[in-house]
Amino acid sequence: MTRPLVVVSDLRHAYADGQTALHGVSFQVGSGDRLAIVGANGAGKSTTLLHLAGCLLPQAGSVRVADLLLCRENLSQLRRSVGMLFQNPDDQLFMPRVFDDVAFGPVNLGLPADDVQQRVMHALAVVGATHLSHRQPHRLSGGEKRAVAIASVLALSPAVLLMDEPTSSLDPASRRQLIELLQTFEQTLIIATHDLDMVLDLCPRTLVLGEGRIIADGASAVILSDAALLAAARLEQPLRLQACPVCSGAARRPSPPPGR
Amino acid sequence: MARIDSSLPDLSDLDGLACRDSPIHRLDPRIKLLTTLLFIVCVVSFDKHQLSALLPFAAYPVVLLILARLPPAWILRKLLLAVPFALCVGIFNPLFDRTTLLHIGSLEISGGWVSFASIMLRFALTVSAALILVASTGFDALCLALARLGVPRPFVVQLLLLYRYLFVLVDEALRLSRARAQRSFAGRGMELTVVASLLAQLLLRTLDRAQRIYLAMQCRGFDGEVRLLRRLRIGASDVLFLTGWTAILLALRFLAPAPTLGQAIGRLLPS
Amino acid sequence: MHMADALISPLVGGVMWAATAAITAYSARKLDAGGDDRVVPLMGVLGAFIFAAQMINFSIPGTGSSGHLGGGMILSILLGPYAAFLTMASVLTVQALFFADGGLLALGCNIFNLAFFPCFVAYPLLYRTIAGAHASEKRILVASLVAVIAGLQLGALAVVLQTFFSGVSELPFATFLLLMLPIHLAIGIVEGLLTAAIVTVVGRARPEVLASAAALPATPRPGRGRLLAQLLLLTAVTGGLLSWFASTRMDGLEWAIFHSSGKEALPAPATDAHALAATLQERTALLPDYAFRPAAEEGDAAEPAAEVAAAGSGKEKEWPDVSAGTSFAGLLGATLSMLLAGLLGFALLRLRQRR
Repeated sequence: MTRPLVVVSDLRHAYADGQTALHGVSFQVGSGDRLAIVGANGAGKSTTLLHLAGCLLPQAGSVRVADLLLCRENLSQLRRSVGMLFQNPDDQLFMPRVFDDVAFGPVNLGLPADDVQQRVMHALAVVGATHLSHRQPHRLSGGEKRAVAIASVLALSPAVLLMDEPTSSLDPASRRQLIELLQTFEQTLIIATHDLDMVLDLCPRTLVLGEGRIIADGASAVILSDAALLAAARLEQPLRLQACPVCSGAARRPSPPPGR
Repeated sequence: MARIDSSLPDLSDLDGLACRDSPIHRLDPRIKLLTTLLFIVCVVSFDKHQLSALLPFAAYPVVLLILARLPPAWILRKLLLAVPFALCVGIFNPLFDRTTLLHIGSLEISGGWVSFASIMLRFALTVSAALILVASTGFDALCLALARLGVPRPFVVQLLLLYRYLFVLVDEALRLSRARAQRSFAGRGMELTVVASLLAQLLLRTLDRAQRIYLAMQCRGFDGEVRLLRRLRIGASDVLFLTGWTAILLALRFLAPAPTLGQAIGRLLPS
Repeated sequence: MHMADALISPLVGGVMWAATAAITAYSARKLDAGGDDRVVPLMGVLGAFIFAAQMINFSIPGTGSSGHLGGGMILSILLGPYAAFLTMASVLTVQALFFADGGLLALGCNIFNLAFFPCFVAYPLLYRTIAGAHASEKRILVASLVAVIAGLQLGALAVVLQTFFSGVSELPFATFLLLMLPIHLAIGIVEGLLTAAIVTVVGRARPEVLASAAALPATPRPGRGRLLAQLLLLTAVTGGLLSWFASTRMDGLEWAIFHSSGKEALPAPATDAHALAATLQERTALLPDYAFRPAAEEGDAAEPAAEVAAAGSGKEKEWPDVSAGTSFAGLLGATLSMLLAGLLGFALLRLRQRR
């Protein structure tokens, strides 16, 4: 077996106000794998992602990406192999035009203008947003913003893609498009999400976090059908796996009172 | 409250207009900026009682408006919105300057009224020129022009970021103030304390947002400097535009053809 | 209290532009030297915040009118003076471009009045002095109130000075000042209270934000900062004086020629100069400079009347009463030029439609 691409061991973190976010989290992700991190609000999903992206430094424990230890000295090098998609695309698209935004990373790498141009157009083509390159980010729709934000990360050709709630505030069609797009990706994907139906479609493996600890780590199909485990983590089974109230003849819910 | 609802579409209007294509839109933003500044300086450099020599300057906004295919109604509406301060100060002129300056038949017109008219004319000319500049150039191209003309980089970056998040924050303010309006009855709930807590709320969210944007920038190799790749090129039409208008504007300023023309014709008429 | 292009002379506008450009460059350099990347997005969104906040009006107690947040002081409290100045300047620039608040030439005046005074005068000298490093809520209230009022009063004074030196408005200096200062006192009280309230909430929710801003030096090297401020004020005042001089005394050139020739008894060059002055005046201002007239009338009474007559042309001869012919010519020319502009526009429109 090849060496894992991402190694997190005994990661701990407490915020400045004393609130502990992570109590020793350990996991490994192989190259090309797709991992979902699920859990209730405040379970530590985003904090874990921020560490992997190099936005936070471990207070205890360690994070390694592609054999590079996360520390202040390695920060700029590590950020080249990791791309982070933030929850709100408005926070991520800060440049005046789509093209400028996608070019932001490559330009910061100091690439020559022609290379930058090529990378930007390629990244936009991958997400199907070439026609948006001269638009202003604030005039895009939610789905378009998300696509452009992904392109802005892809332009840096990272080995690992981190995504925080990629399907939040997308309409169903845009959500479906995004899932189909992500299915074509060959990069390692680590997705923090509440959208368990997407997990079922996209990630073979799921990690369940609860109050800063790992509750479960295993095959998505197994974890997502374990109703008791999910309930303990303040989650709910994907709708697709729940007994359908219509077909199963109102098995679980009491029928509406007669006469109303 | 009326303003917050109406100003957002206004801003979007401007973006929409700037996205159009026309010979004026295609000019280099630096050229347009310099020409506009020259125009404004020429207009305001006239004496305060000057009226007739100012009028020919209307040719500049008129010609640009048509060449840039901008809707005149839009400019007029923006002019009306901006009028208050100039009007408030200008309206005192007729009160303080009552020297008779002009006879039209038996009607005597005081210097104050003439200078008031001159102020309003200046206002219309300078503001419409600036509006046409923005509507035919677009904000980011204008910022790029500023950067190339030597405006300090942090200020240009600041302008771009401000513009980008203007829409996001005005939207957020709008949502907050709608929520307030929903629960305020007959003007109550507009008190200072309510507004203060509303603004404080908005400010706290804004501070969080700044932190998130900073993280997003860092993840893509931000090192304190924002670089723009776009290039600007000055072509033959740019040179032609600048030299042409410079010649026309300077001629209008220093030769004042309108009054001279009027006099010449006046001499031809039997007195 | 945005200054407008229509009310200022090019000299006042130019001097204030130069002053503002100098402070902007200085602040930008200071900011770069500060080396804190985080301030870049922070300034951006805070600028947008000020913009959005200004759109939320509130009723001023007891008056029935409404006001809004100015912004210079709260930005200074959150960002320190340099970043606050740049942020406020960017807000005013966007307002000038998009809402035609003020204008491009008046932008220098507006930035100076609404950003320089709160950020570089009221904040370091008043707010920081009163509030200190770890201020209690009561101190924050007093400091905000005093600093905001002072900043606004200085700004209002500057508006009056700039208007006065520009000489376009006929409002007497004292009258305008008496109008502006009380209005801005009322606005200042409300804005000061609002600023204090917001700062207090932020201080409770996010004490580290205020602490980090308070840790920034208000003016790192007070000697140099103060020197800069003095220099800027000096340029502003001299520039303003010069422009007032120029605008009330016709054209500087014309004025110089007129007076020098009046005193020297050299006939030939004098007539030449007078002829030149006359034609110059005729060309630059057909509706002659009447503000100058009453003063000139008294002043020139001592001058030989023949000298004036020798000038030969136009207005000087007919001073005491206004020539109906001149007025008529002016009106005619104006109408003609309007017609010409209209025709030109019409022709262009047709040309465009045909294409």
